[in-house]
Amino acid sequence: MTEFSFWDILRNLLLAARWTVVLSLVSFVGGGMVGAALLFLRIGGRHWLRLLSRGYIQLFQGTPLLMQLFLAFFGLGLFGIDVPAWLAACVALILWTAAFLAEIWRGCVESIAKGQWEASASLGMGYLQQMRYVILPQALKVAVPPTVGFSVQVVKGTALTSIIGFVELSKAGSIVTNATFQPFTVYGLVALIYFALCWPLSKSSQLLERKLNVAHRNH
Amino acid sequence: MTYQFDFGWLIDSLPVLLKGIRITVQLILVGAVFGVALGIACAWVRALGPKWLKPVVATYVELIRNTPFLIQLFFIFFGLPSLGIRMSELSAANLAMIVNLGAYSCEIIRAGIQATPRGQFEAGASLAMTPFQTFWYVVLVPALQRIWPALSSQIVIVMLGSAVVSQIAAEDLTFAANFIQSRNFRAFETYFVSTLIYLALAILLRQLLAGLGWMLFPRKASR
Repeated sequence: MTEFSFWDILRNLLLAARWTVVLSLVSFVGGGMVGAALLFLRIGGRHWLRLLSRGYIQLFQGTPLLMQLFLAFFGLGLFGIDVPAWLAACVALILWTAAFLAEIWRGCVESIAKGQWEASASLGMGYLQQMRYVILPQALKVAVPPTVGFSVQVVKGTALTSIIGFVELSKAGSIVTNATFQPFTVYGLVALIYFALCWPLSKSSQLLERKLNVAHRNH
Repeated sequence: MTYQFDFGWLIDSLPVLLKGIRITVQLILVGAVFGVALGIACAWVRALGPKWLKPVVATYVELIRNTPFLIQLFFIFFGLPSLGIRMSELSAANLAMIVNLGAYSCEIIRAGIQATPRGQFEAGASLAMTPFQTFWYVVLVPALQRIWPALSSQIVIVMLGSAVVSQIAAEDLTFAANFIQSRNFRAFETYFVSTLIYLALAILLRQLLAGLGWMLFPRKASR
């Protein structure tokens, strides 16, 4: 049997962590785009579009991410698409992230005082102009800390893709454990690597929030 | 390509599904009660506890909040036996959920406590309450009332996260779905039905928690 040194284990885990990072970035960017579209439907749009996007958000926030992964993995296949694990992982994570980001951003847009809408309407601006010039610039500032905070959930969410067979940090952890019989060391290291990815994001979210509050107090 | 949907397996699989639902409900009941209790204890430490304990709790909260639940579960179930701590799948699942919710609810409750004006502590002391009594009646109960919606959401999130415990073969709803799926080869239908069950459970749990909040905190916040 081959012996694995501590450094062999760590090196393999770090190599796999790349895929966690890539998957997180893809989900976050893709989810942000879909989420922005959902946001516009959710707050503007026709009545039935608003209901539709609300239903979407409720559905994805009210069911386990693991089930969404399974459904993407087996559901896309029904359309005759050959589904590799990475595709199912990306689709499910993007759709899941979008639901949460849309809801977070909705809170930010609604935190903008109603008078701003009315003032811009009285200047004869249309809905899109109001959004573009008045509401979004203000809402974006409010949105930064919770958005950065949510990115931590996305990184942690990618761990579930190991269950449908995508080889990222968690899956690599299981594989290395099976080879080395050292679950305590391996899962401890895996946890620490996740921590190293997530903690800076959590911290910067907190710092940003504090900074924004200070800005508020100085107004 | 045409795919024929078939839900005929549903009737035969009902007992398995029901058992899975029962275990998922059991997991969230135990997890919520002990998790929130742990969260209250940790919030007490962070607000008023002994100085040496504060960094310990802070480390625990940060570690749990910044690592995936799946890894916490694997660490408890596969990792701890190396230290001689061995437990059944269900106990490991319960422990992981308690530890996870404990960290999150600690942060939520702490936010509620921080919103309590300093004068409340002094007012409690001037009524000859012990520090513990002050904490319990003057600080904690209004804090819980304030953060009840956030706490409810977190409990629902932990319930949905519990789907992962099927990976250590705890026989929850997802485990039941995997089991049924491996018999009937109707993967999409099986997971679709179990997803709907989870959705129903989440909505039900949210309503129950809202009702519980209504019962526990009948008075509206006076501010």
